[in-house]
Parts: sequence; C-alpha cells; structure tokens
Amino acid sequence: MTAPSALDAPPAVRPARGRGTSPRANLMRIGLGAAALLGIAVVWELYKWLGPSDGLVIGEARLLPRTSDLAMPHIPDMLTRLFEPVTRADGSPPLWLEVANAAAVTLGIAAVGWLLGLIVGLALSLVMVRWRLAESSLMPWIVLSQTVPLIAFAPVVRSWGSRIEIGAFEWQDWMSVALIASYLAFFPIAIGALRGLQSPTAMHNDLMKSYAAGWWATLIKLRLPASVPYLLPALRLGAANAVVGAIVAEVSTGLRGGIGRMIVQYAGQASGDPAKSWGPIFGAIILGLLAAGSVALIGGGLRNYRRAEVSA
Amino acid sequence: MTHSRRRSLVVGAGLLTSALILSGCSTSGDDSGGGDGGSDDLTPVSLQLQWLPQGQFAGYYAALDQGFFEEEGLDVEIIPSGGDIVPQDALVAGDVDYAIAWVPKALGSIEAGANITDIAQIFQRSGTLQVAWADSGIETVADFEGKRIGSWGFGNEWEIFAAMAAEGLDSTSVEIITQDFNMNAFLEGDIDAAQAMTYNEYAQLLESTDPDTGELYQPEDFSVIDYNEAGGAMLQDAIWADTERLESDEEYQETTVAFLKAVIKGWAYAASDPEAAADITINEGSGWGLTHELWMVNETNKLIWPSDNGIGIIDEEAWNSTVEGALSATNESGASLITEEPPSTAYTNEWIQMAHDELEGDDIDLTGADFEPIEVELTEGGE
Repeated sequence: MTAPSALDAPPAVRPARGRGTSPRANLMRIGLGAAALLGIAVVWELYKWLGPSDGLVIGEARLLPRTSDLAMPHIPDMLTRLFEPVTRADGSPPLWLEVANAAAVTLGIAAVGWLLGLIVGLALSLVMVRWRLAESSLMPWIVLSQTVPLIAFAPVVRSWGSRIEIGAFEWQDWMSVALIASYLAFFPIAIGALRGLQSPTAMHNDLMKSYAAGWWATLIKLRLPASVPYLLPALRLGAANAVVGAIVAEVSTGLRGGIGRMIVQYAGQASGDPAKSWGPIFGAIILGLLAAGSVALIGGGLRNYRRAEVSA
Repeated sequence: MTHSRRRSLVVGAGLLTSALILSGCSTSGDDSGGGDGGSDDLTPVSLQLQWLPQGQFAGYYAALDQGFFEEEGLDVEIIPSGGDIVPQDALVAGDVDYAIAWVPKALGSIEAGANITDIAQIFQRSGTLQVAWADSGIETVADFEGKRIGSWGFGNEWEIFAAMAAEGLDSTSVEIITQDFNMNAFLEGDIDAAQAMTYNEYAQLLESTDPDTGELYQPEDFSVIDYNEAGGAMLQDAIWADTERLESDEEYQETTVAFLKAVIKGWAYAASDPEAAADITINEGSGWGLTHELWMVNETNKLIWPSDNGIGIIDEEAWNSTVEGALSATNESGASLITEEPPSTAYTNEWIQMAHDELEGDDIDLTGADFEPIEVELTEGGE
C-alpha cells in the first residue's frame, strides 16, 4: 500500500508520546492554542494593513488576496457581526445563534455519517484481514471509490434515495447527506483498521497459535487491541471527512437547515454585507474541531491500548 | 490464519446477492415521486426548482402557503436545488413530476435525448442584465469583444453569445469569467461586465457600499445592458413536464391542469400582495433580508406581468427567437448549444390553455392588465 514503511514497525517498540496530564501542562496547552489564534488574527490584520491593496497575482494565478474590506473584512467587524441580528426583521436572532443552530444540524448528520462509515469501514477491514482474496479483490475498489467526484455522486444518491420507501420508512433528504458523508468517512477507517489488524508480527501470531487460539480468539485478544493506535487517527480523519462530506453534500443536494447551505446563502450576500458571510465559515471551523475533539474523547476511553499512536 | 478460497467465494457470492436485493428495493415505487404525504385523497406532486427558495419562486410557494394546491386536490412538495441537482435531469429520471428550468438549458437537454415539454412559460421576459461600470466604455453588446465577461456558467451564458451572434461579433474574443454567488469579482475589477439578474444580483450591487463615497452604489454608477433590448434574450423560468406521461397518462394530464391552475393563482397572489409573498419565501428559508426579498418578488412580478397572451402561454415568436438564438450562438470555445430545431413536443399551450379556460369564471386577471409594480427602496446588505 501507500503507507510509509515506518508504519510497518510494531507499535510497541516506540515510546508513548509525552502527554502532560498535570493541570499546569493543560494550562500551557490552552495558552498556546489561544496564542496561535491571536497570532493568526494579528497576521490577518497586519497583512490587511501592509499588504499590496491589489494582492499578488503572478500570471493568471492569485497568490495573495486583495486587502479590501470585501475580500478581507476586519476581524472586529466579523466578530461584532456575529452578535448582530441576522436581518433587520423583527425577532431576528443574532447571527451566532443562527450559525450555531445550523452547525448543530450538520454535526448531527455528520455524526450519523461517521457512525455508518465506522461500521462499514470496520466490517470491510475484518473481511479483508480474514481472507487474503478479499483484500486483493476489495482494496482496488475501495481506493477507486474515493476517486468518484462528489458533485457527480451527490445527485445520484439523492435520486435513488427519493425512491426508497419500505413500509412506514421513507427516505429523508438528510439521509442522502449522511450517506455521502459516510462515503468519505469509511475510507480512512477501513485502511487504518486493516493496517492495525495486520500489525501483529509473525512472532505474536505464533504465540497465539502455540496457545491453540482460534481465529476469533486471536482477533479479540491480539488483533483488535493492536489495531487501536492505528484506528484512532483514522477515526479522527474519518470525522473530519464526514464533516467536509456533510457540508459539501448539503450544498449539492440543497438540503435546508445545515451550515453548508448557509455558507452558500450568505456568500450571495457578501457584496452588501461582507462580514456576514464569514459567520458560517467560523461555524464550519468550530464544527470540524468539535468532531475531531469528540473522537479524542473516544481515545480517552481506550487509553490502555494507546501505547503509541501512528499518524494515518 | 487459514485462507479458504472456497469460503471466500461463497462470501463473495453472498455479498453480491445482498447488493442486488438492496438495489432491487431501492428502485421500487416509481411514479409517486413525492411520497404518500399522509393527507387524504390528495394527489402527491413534486416540483423541482433550479435554486434555493427565494422570491424568484414566490408564486409556487404562495400557492402552497395559501392552500391553492390543496384546493385543486394536490399535495405538492417543492424541492429546492443547491446547484448540482439539474431540474430537467431530475424530471427525466422520474424523481419529480414537474421542474422549473430555463428554456435554453432545457433545449440543450432535449437535444441530448430528454423527453420533456414546456407546459407553461411563467417568465414572459428575460431577467438577465450585463452590468459594467458607467465609465468603462461598455455601452452595448458590440463593446464586449476582447473584454472579460462574467457569467455563472451552467448554461446561463447563452444569452451573451446569442446577443453577440446577432451582432455578428466574434465570441471567441471574449474571456468568460465564471462568477461567484456574489458580485465581489465585478466590484473588485476582475470582470469588465458581469451577469446580473434584475431580481437578484443587480440589487446586490445597489446594496453594496461604494468605498470611495461611503454611500450605497447608485444606478448611475453602472452601465446596464438589458438583453430584452440588446437582443439575445431567451425565455427563462418555465414549467416542464414529462412528454411521455403527458401523452398517455390521463391522471397526469388532469394533475397537470390542476397544478397549473394553482400556480396561476399563486402568481396572481404574488402580484397583488408582494409583501405577503416575500414573507412566505422568507419563511421558507430564503435567507435574504426583507428589502432584498421584496425587491426580488417585485422584479420577478415584472417579468411575468403584464402577460399579454395570458400567464404561462408560450408566445410563438419569443419561443422561435429563443430557438434561433440557441442555434446561432457559439460559445468562447466554438461549441454551440443545439444543432437542430427541437421536436414539436418541446412546448405546448394545450394544458395552460385548459387551465385558463377553467379559471375563466373566477375573479383572476389572467393577463395582469392592471398590474402595477411597487417601489422598493434597497438598504445596505438588503436587510
């Protein structure tokens, strides 16, 4: 496969990464995070102040953006816009609330997509680790599946979905979006899980054989625990993919209520109200962080198996 | 580990079978489209729009909100599109019963094999403008040559090329720049003349602040080319139906007439009370501010009313000039939209005429002879 050779080394030989758990180390990490955010804001404003007003264009390609208020609104403008009402209509909620609601909808859909991707990804990896023939016949298709462009795929999913009606169950539009999200999420999970399940060396396997352990016992006692360090980064990648997939699929299928559609809607208003269109973009960023953070919580539950984590 | 070849073959066959069973399930239930909806004795109908809910579609949403569809015995589901759902494709695929699409785009699909029919020409006029700065020297289509011309693509560009073809201009000399959802590329100077719909993007310009004066841009700041006057205008929002079902499915024929009657009532409602219609589309989640939405409904009304032949009737002359434009236009890379005349099934006034006849006794002005647009004052950001 395409993974670097370092991944093939058994995880046990590498020392655990230093993870500060003392309150002081935690404070330090939060402080560093905040400083990085502030740094980005300072760079943004500095560039806006000092950068070339027409940006930098070499040939046809724009390397640096314009510094106008249309292209790069001031940070304080974008932040204060979040606390102003969405429109001037009576009872219009503040922008941040509208963004938060939309983000919650998308997060829910992405979570369903991620779960689906997890189930499919794990199932595929188990089948592939059980039968070598399955690995060599399935793997090309799994890789190929990711080359299908989403914009070609999304309308087909919705079209098929709209015809599904089994008894009382009727396909909802959000399910198409969740399905597309899972389509992006299952790939890193399947690859990561397979690599993890295959990570025990011949020596480990031989030991299990000498205990007369069957395939299932080997799976549960040896392969599954060994796969955790590979699986966790894959789950995180899967979560990020699910969020991106949900946002893109919302745009392409026209699903209402989510952050993807809000980005398109407010982009249409960016000429008259440039700061407004950044609201849902911030929402999408926080959404991604939340998704990755939730996976970190799962990692906490599996702490005993995380002897070393392998970057996926 | 034992790798049993036979067992894997069995599993493979099992997987294949279950996949087939699953795909078999998914294609059941074909013509109902909108699902059973749950209401008694109403015929489920689905309508595919070509964009998000907004004032451009006020008449359909008004018909839904005011119960006009229900009066006609229909349970209508309006399906918005985010851009990747092409209405005429959804119609051909049987996902929906009716679709809203521009005539030139649908003509392209028809030549590619789509069997669909224009059953009501809701917009009687084109709403497309090409907007340049007042001091740019671009006053007519003749000034386009060698310029950077903006368009959204996806078939929205054909009026530009039809207008250029009508003037005998060389369309390969223009650089077509794909426009975004907003007018920033034009305001920042990346585009010399940008495409703008009267009901949306033109308003976006007038809602934006001129950084030099700190005030909103005024109409005098722009040089506006209207394709209705400059030539090249094509018919836009029309209701499309499945040709085959229209010919053979009696139930569909009845539904079509009932559907058109309700749509006419909806647009009449939007004309008489644009404020209420704008409220309806805002409640449907258009996401625009109040003044922008009201502007959109009002400008859309102007494209529909007055309708000399009666709302929805396809004017043969306008149809022919759209076809002519589509035949003559070649884009910047020399490709043309269609190469031969569309079949006679491409449009019919049969059903819209029936709807008119059935509405004759009612108190509805089918031509909009008394239609008066309102004045909408735009505000910053359209809020």
